Amino acid sequence: MSVKNEEFRPVIVAFCCNWCSYAGADLAGSSRLAYPADVKIIRVPCSCRVNPMFILRAFEKGADGVILCGCHPGDCHYSTGNYYARRRMTMLFSMLDFIGVENGRTRVEWVSAAEGVKFSETMNSFVDKIRSLGPNVRLGDLRCKD
Amino acid sequence: MQRIGVFVCHCGSNIAATVDVKKVVEMALKEQGVVHAEDYPYMCSEAGQSRIGEAIAQKKLTGIVVCSCSPRMHEATFRKAAERYGLNPYMVEIANIREHCSWIHKDMEEATEKATILMRAAVAKVHLNAPLQAGESKVTKRALVIGGGIAGIQTAIDIADAGYKVDIVEKTPSIGGRMSQLDKTFPTLDCSACILTPKMVEAAAHENITIHTYSEVEKVSGFVGNFTVDIRKKARMVDIDKCTGCGVCQEKCPSKKTPNEFNRGLNNRSAIYTPFAQAIPNVPVIDTDACIKFKTGKCGVCQKVCQAGAIDYTQKDEIITENYGAIVVATGFDTIKLDQYGEYAYGQSKDVITSLELERVMNAAGPTKGHLERLSDGKAPKEIVFIQCVGSRCSDDRGKPYCSKICCMYTAKHAMLIRDKYPDTNVTVFYIDVRTPGKNFDEFYRRAVEDYGVNYIKGQVGKVIPQPDGSLLVQGVDLLDQKRIMKKADMVVLATAIEPNPDVRKIATMLTASIDTNNFLTEAHPKLRPVESPTAGVFLSGVCQGPKDIPETVAQAGAAAVKVIGLLAKDKLKTNPCTAKSDELLCNGCSTCANVCPYGAITYETKLINDHGIREDRRVAVVNSALCQGCGACTVACPSGAMDLQGFSNRQILAEVDAICR
Amino acid sequence: MNKQAELIRQVSGVEPLKCMKCGKCSASCPSYEEMDIKPHQFVSYVQNEDIEALVASKSLYKCLSCFACIERCPRGVKPGALIDAARQVVVRQRGQQYLSADEIPALLDDEMPQQLLMSAFRKYRR
Repeated sequence: MSVKNEEFRPVIVAFCCNWCSYAGADLAGSSRLAYPADVKIIRVPCSCRVNPMFILRAFEKGADGVILCGCHPGDCHYSTGNYYARRRMTMLFSMLDFIGVENGRTRVEWVSAAEGVKFSETMNSFVDKIRSLGPNVRLGDLRCKD
Repeated sequence: MQRIGVFVCHCGSNIAATVDVKKVVEMALKEQGVVHAEDYPYMCSEAGQSRIGEAIAQKKLTGIVVCSCSPRMHEATFRKAAERYGLNPYMVEIANIREHCSWIHKDMEEATEKATILMRAAVAKVHLNAPLQAGESKVTKRALVIGGGIAGIQTAIDIADAGYKVDIVEKTPSIGGRMSQLDKTFPTLDCSACILTPKMVEAAAHENITIHTYSEVEKVSGFVGNFTVDIRKKARMVDIDKCTGCGVCQEKCPSKKTPNEFNRGLNNRSAIYTPFAQAIPNVPVIDTDACIKFKTGKCGVCQKVCQAGAIDYTQKDEIITENYGAIVVATGFDTIKLDQYGEYAYGQSKDVITSLELERVMNAAGPTKGHLERLSDGKAPKEIVFIQCVGSRCSDDRGKPYCSKICCMYTAKHAMLIRDKYPDTNVTVFYIDVRTPGKNFDEFYRRAVEDYGVNYIKGQVGKVIPQPDGSLLVQGVDLLDQKRIMKKADMVVLATAIEPNPDVRKIATMLTASIDTNNFLTEAHPKLRPVESPTAGVFLSGVCQGPKDIPETVAQAGAAAVKVIGLLAKDKLKTNPCTAKSDELLCNGCSTCANVCPYGAITYETKLINDHGIREDRRVAVVNSALCQGCGACTVACPSGAMDLQGFSNRQILAEVDAICR
Repeated sequence: MNKQAELIRQVSGVEPLKCMKCGKCSASCPSYEEMDIKPHQFVSYVQNEDIEALVASKSLYKCLSCFACIERCPRGVKPGALIDAARQVVVRQRGQQYLSADEIPALLDDEMPQQLLMSAFRKYRR
């Protein structure tokens, strides 16, 4: 499928928890709050379901940015899932730069089911950030090409 | 190898206007394993579903992908359809190409490209789906209502009338809530107590209702059908069974300087008190912070005067544990604090009061015995100014961004009642908009203007300036006349914004019910499931969900009760089969997963394992699928990768990632 | 969009569409009666891009920059910032000032707030 203009179109993977952020994304949709089509959402039951491996795999396969959205601290549907996610991502993000993924390419945001506006704003700002960083080439150089 | 069918919905023009559905079908057919793809205007319709059925039968499909609206909307529909046509319901995946694509993008090419990618991700996931069977769990046929206001009382009565046991937990010493503080109610001007107290009595006398007043929910665990709740019954220091409610203790109590919460602090109460005369139960409590006996050890007057010997200073808080099948939140509201609104001089002059305080002033049981008088000097006010939208519709951090909904009507009510009872008192209302949607509401407001001569002025007040002579100068403008107004008033009443009871945040956290930025509880669907929380088994009643008046609260309370009854009427519930599962060959028995599980669903067993011919006893994790809620915390914690989540397995999510990044 | 209207929006940082027309700004304004265009109308003048009338208004010089309107606006619209920006638009039109810096009396009160000095400057430089 051809892309109309030659400008950089990043590949962005968003992991959204089923109870808050995915519903927030639905609300953004039904409220017609636009954000770039570069963002593709994967539904997970809880932010704590996101294995750091998933994020590494996304970068390995050519993603330019990965964002993880969960319920606000204290509001997790499973009580404590987002706390686990927060710790795991803090650990992962601190190591990403070392393997060649700039800090700005990953983000964790808390978006509740009622925050369609926040979801859209978050995605807009994240895509802007990734566009300013450009394609994920640092990791690309190390990547095995097939 | 799966045989996959892809069904692309137009959703009328909702999807088809921005996504080239034919193109998505064409691209789907190029995907590995896709043996059938078609588009249809309304996939969720009966005809659409039967097309899925035909395709399952003819093409021998083993998995299907529906590209349509959010799975939160129709996943259940398509799963049921698949089941009806002989496919395991968990072999269905939804690609959300409406909320996440067509509705937010304008460019057709871009949207079609994204829809294709979302379709591919879903196809990649279905390849790895496995049939799952839902388990069963039993339902405890008892409901808990948190909050004993009109919302909680009505919900409890409706559930109890259907024959189920209900417990009401109320934080204050009596049920009744905000409504018991009101004097009259709009638009009929019924006396609030006269219509509320019969309900309170009915609830108290009902054989199926147990009321825990002066109690708070301490801890909640479990899930729909099987909640376990710890309730803290605070020490009343009065034996509820012995007390006759004679009231002598309250009369004789020497400590009488505590602000009376029920009268919004406008007068004082004794340390041993019942909040109001019609309180249920009519048993006082001792406020141990104010009680001289508790502060100094010397007094004991109440114990001496109590004929029934009901006073017991040794009572301790008691924690009871109960099981419930459903929980209703009915925690209600309070008015916001006005500390930040210095311009209205609320803290500076006693004659600037909130509308709820005016309710108490107008009430015969209130601090002025129902006489309208200035709280500073007891004189009858001749000029009263009402200011609307104080703290409502504020996008700054001082107030609330929403409309509190009830203020326009209660202000019209106050204005009308004052003009009726005190015809020589002038009433002016400063408003931004008068909002009166509701049966007989606008007529009511017009009556206030036309029949009672209430003076409505469009324009928010800028400032209230207390004058040396004790009067108040109200500075405003009439926006329609373009005129400055400097009005001398004897009393100013602020239509203060309402906010959810501050305790609701704590309760929402315990229930894992979601809450919005204004602390209102979120409903499962804003239009179609307005009384249910997204958390199964938790229901919403009254203002905790959003501003509403009494008739709406009662209607919602009844609706919540019906939902609870529908749940309690079932003997068994189907459980979510997307639970964690441990691979016994990989598990090394380290206990990491059990430590992160919030439900205690993981235990360890020593089992005989046949690891490629080597037979040995190993300690392995076992998941109790009735307890597991499927969050997946354990799957990430597991160092050996033995733990996986059915329906959201590592391989499935990785396949989605790969498809998106392809 | 009108260039000057855009400029006023940019300089003031105000989004006129946020206004719900409650009139609290006018109600708060101590100079209300001196003004020909009232504070709550500033917003609609910018919204309707009627900048010519706005900059010709004497309200620009009647505003005391007390910022009561900014402080009390429930929607964060800041009518006072709008009028300040409109003043700057006038100031930017060269050759119109009738007060220059050196004309300001040397004997200024040390206690006088900087803000007052600056706004006086902007107002009377014309």
